[in-house]
Amino acid sequence: MELHVRPLLQIQTLHKRFHDVEVLKGVNLEVREREVVSIIGSSGSGKTTLLRCVNLLEEFDSGQILLDGESIGYRIGGDRRRRLSDRALSRQRSMTGMVFQSFNLFPHLTAAGNIMLGLRKVRRLPKDEARSIAEKWLGRVGLSQRADHYPSQLSGGQQQRVAIARALAMNPKLVLLDEITSALDPELVQEVLLTVKSLAEEGSTLLIVTHEMRFARDVSHRVVFMEQGQIAEQGPPAEIFGNPKSPRLAEFLRSARS
Amino acid sequence: METFFSELWIARDALMEGFVRTIEASVVSILIGTALGLLIGIVLVYGPLVVRLLCRAYVDVMRGTPVLVLILASFYIPSVVGLHLSAFQAGLLALILFCGAHIGEIVRGALQSIPPGQTEAARSIGLTFPQILTYVLLPQALRSILPTWINTGAELVKASTLLSVIGVGELLLKTQEIVGRNFMTLDFYLFAGLLYLLVNLGIEQAGKALERRVAVR
Repeated sequence: MELHVRPLLQIQTLHKRFHDVEVLKGVNLEVREREVVSIIGSSGSGKTTLLRCVNLLEEFDSGQILLDGESIGYRIGGDRRRRLSDRALSRQRSMTGMVFQSFNLFPHLTAAGNIMLGLRKVRRLPKDEARSIAEKWLGRVGLSQRADHYPSQLSGGQQQRVAIARALAMNPKLVLLDEITSALDPELVQEVLLTVKSLAEEGSTLLIVTHEMRFARDVSHRVVFMEQGQIAEQGPPAEIFGNPKSPRLAEFLRSARS
Repeated sequence: METFFSELWIARDALMEGFVRTIEASVVSILIGTALGLLIGIVLVYGPLVVRLLCRAYVDVMRGTPVLVLILASFYIPSVVGLHLSAFQAGLLALILFCGAHIGEIVRGALQSIPPGQTEAARSIGLTFPQILTYVLLPQALRSILPTWINTGAELVKASTLLSVIGVGELLLKTQEIVGRNFMTLDFYLFAGLLYLLVNLGIEQAGKALERRVAVR
């Protein structure tokens, strides 16, 4: 039973500094399986850095991140703490999927090719199996007809949906979404958000960094407000948006609305 | 005109031999030089500091030295340290080192111009660094260096004429020998020039066809 009680993601007193600027000042956060958590906060509050630490794209200075009970990024032996090898980091990264603000699709591969690369090289699936998984996921994000299009032949919203399919096709335990609509034209935002919403409804575990307050309110089970490298307040969306306790959150929400 | 053709007929074997030598020297140095250059380029971007500095020094020295000096150096220096290379081998060595340095610098630039988001996306799906290089970075870098690479190929064909200085019987030296015998200076130098032109036009056309096939979309 313990397995069900333990949160999927446990971030414990995470500290991270860039030179002399401390961007994360002891963050504690837990995400349970099938939970959708949104992180909001002004830019520079450390929310994107937090997400990048979870995906091991950034190193962190102290504290630890447990994913499904496994400490990720570092091996701690005695009082020494060492970054894991490239191979071990790669394996741990494949347990989480990440979708980026700027899509980051591989321009030399088709939509299907983008999705198949990880399936073929990381999960070592045969080509036809990878292809059918890619097609299934392209269907899920509404792009069945675009499998053989290159990224440059797709709109921003379509590219981002391919990127979502690429992350999810790897069957990650946790999906990290980093301001995925910030680089999109306003009229393309909705199609991407609808895609994410359907994933949430189907039970994917999502950790979302977003500036779309309405979306965060709609889709999340819990909303986390970050302020200056710390979690200032968290709770169910109705409470965070309807009844903010800290003056900073109230102020942030006022400025986000205007 | 008639005398030219009859002289050309007499010289056909020598010319052919020279032409083959030229092609041989160019092709071998492009192939090995490109492999070397790829390695150098990767090290220049991702290598550990010491190796990176060594490669940087190599590239800068090679690129700052005239090819003729490189050829003379690789002809004379190895024998001083007891290494005996034939004139052709010494010439090849110089062309390979020259080509490797240029390609290395081109590959470095191409790799560095790929947005960091590409590596991050590749990492986040769990690819290891060698896989990222093979499937994400190099395919993009190679596409973007293709035009410059073709150009380097054409440069090498032209640079191979300098091998005549150390006595490699390539097309230019053979032509000089023929001219020395029949004194038809203009005719035979023009003919050799025409051959070089044809080879480089061929390279250019092949390059364009290749570019169309692998165009970055």
